Amino acid sequence: MKVLVPVKRVLDYNVKPRVKADGTGVDLANVKMSMNPFDEIAVEEAIRLKEKGVATEIVVVSIGEQKAQETLRTALAMGADRAILIVSEDKVEPLGVAKLLAKVAEAEQPGLVILGKQAIDDDNNQTGQMLGALLGWGQGTFASKVEVAGDSVDVTREVDGGLETVKLKTPAIVTTDLRLNEPRYASLPNIMKAKSKPLEQKTPADYGVDVTPRLTTVKVEEPAKRQAGVKVADVDELVGKLKTLGVVA
Amino acid sequence: MSVLVWVEHDNASVKDATLAAVTAAGKLGEVVALVAGQGAQGAADAAAKIAGVSKVLLADDAAYGHALAENVAPLIAELMSGYDAFVAPATTTGKNIAPRVAALLDVMQVSEVLSVESADTFTRPIYAGNAIATVKSSDAKKVLTIRGTAFDKAAAEGGSASVETISGKGDTGLSSFVGAEIAKSERPELTSAKIIVSGGRALGSGEQFHALIDPLADKLGAAVGASRAAVDAGYAPNDYQVGQTGKIVAPEVYIAVGISGAIQHLAGMKDSKVIIAINKDEDAPIFQVADVGLVGDLFKIVPELTEKL
Repeated sequence: MKVLVPVKRVLDYNVKPRVKADGTGVDLANVKMSMNPFDEIAVEEAIRLKEKGVATEIVVVSIGEQKAQETLRTALAMGADRAILIVSEDKVEPLGVAKLLAKVAEAEQPGLVILGKQAIDDDNNQTGQMLGALLGWGQGTFASKVEVAGDSVDVTREVDGGLETVKLKTPAIVTTDLRLNEPRYASLPNIMKAKSKPLEQKTPADYGVDVTPRLTTVKVEEPAKRQAGVKVADVDELVGKLKTLGVVA
Repeated sequence: MSVLVWVEHDNASVKDATLAAVTAAGKLGEVVALVAGQGAQGAADAAAKIAGVSKVLLADDAAYGHALAENVAPLIAELMSGYDAFVAPATTTGKNIAPRVAALLDVMQVSEVLSVESADTFTRPIYAGNAIATVKSSDAKKVLTIRGTAFDKAAAEGGSASVETISGKGDTGLSSFVGAEIAKSERPELTSAKIIVSGGRALGSGEQFHALIDPLADKLGAAVGASRAAVDAGYAPNDYQVGQTGKIVAPEVYIAVGISGAIQHLAGMKDSKVIIAINKDEDAPIFQVADVGLVGDLFKIVPELTEKL
């Protein structure tokens, strides 16, 4: 089966986000950008499915500015087969992204779409579920284990109290959680090879999708800061503090 | 404005996360609670007692027993013709279902709402809580998930809403429930605990994690949490994880033991009322947010603390 993996270019997870002074957003000028970590896990899972002989072809797709090509090349270097970039210099919300992905899925007919559970910039955690709704497919969100068997897939999900397993009819949607796998690093030869893998460019208009945002960002602010408190010298003093705070009698 | 609220429940009783969602929904308008489940009369009766709930809808069907999004979302989307907003707590269940509902309604969801500024304007965390965005929705109907720690819990008793039984299309045949491994614990639930004792990678092993953290937590009647580093190292199960990628908590007291305070951990606990940190590294970032800090060897400090409490 074909596996479709959407990937997003985001502020690198090691970089501390800085809110712009004018309150319009987070400063992304001259900072390191990388593939969303949950998407790396999605790419890795697709590659493992290919290595197991379950997946036959891995198509990665990104919606974003031209620079998202770098993110797609990273996925190709990890082991994806070809890439589609839907170019939009403006921000596309999860609903718009899901509509575009639904069109891509209709054209590509994948057996699975594996997505990161959320992007670490906007922390929306919506796209996979929305795509499931638009395609009328089952969804295995927050996956820590994916097992394809015949025309169904068993997905073990990280839920609040522990783990839950659901069986989905394929084609289906999977969104990744952290413990699903540990993504590989691309080797230098594979990075070189990725440069010649196919990368097709499209626009939202090619798919006839209106991606006009529904939400307006009024402002973006720094959260209220906590003040550092006091240090105590020993356990007795700590117990004293806990008593003052009413934690213990 | 009328608001439909997703009730998180175990068929017999209502989970705490629902109570904060009811409070948030109440800021928008009249609250109607939806209990979708199997043999869920008990949960519906409990929901009817929540202060501020004007009516309870009970959809009782085997297809809704495990809150499968594929079956529940169409039920909600259909009900939404009579409501202006859908509100769910931002639990794993709420996060699974709400975006599916939003897409069926062609609405852009607002996730993890921290405050309701007006009928169409909300604040929400982005970048793991390193920034707070105020967003205004232009959609005719709103779909929101609510961060439970940001709203007071509605009183679980005091209401007397009527319970109306409804039915939906039931099983879509897209998915089925296979099984669950839900950790059984005598301790309070992490997201609703008053006190949390969390352990980090400095505990060194799963054995030491449990030998040190568990007795302290039990002495305080606290829930046990863990940093992502401790979970990744296999010292604690993933459902203990506090942080951006785990649970968001805001207890009265948060005791961080051997946790350095990575951004992603702080994102999950920095709204706690009182933070207490025990760490051998006096420069650890956790001390920048801690109200009370103790620098030293946790292997000496924690047993002594447990003993002296």
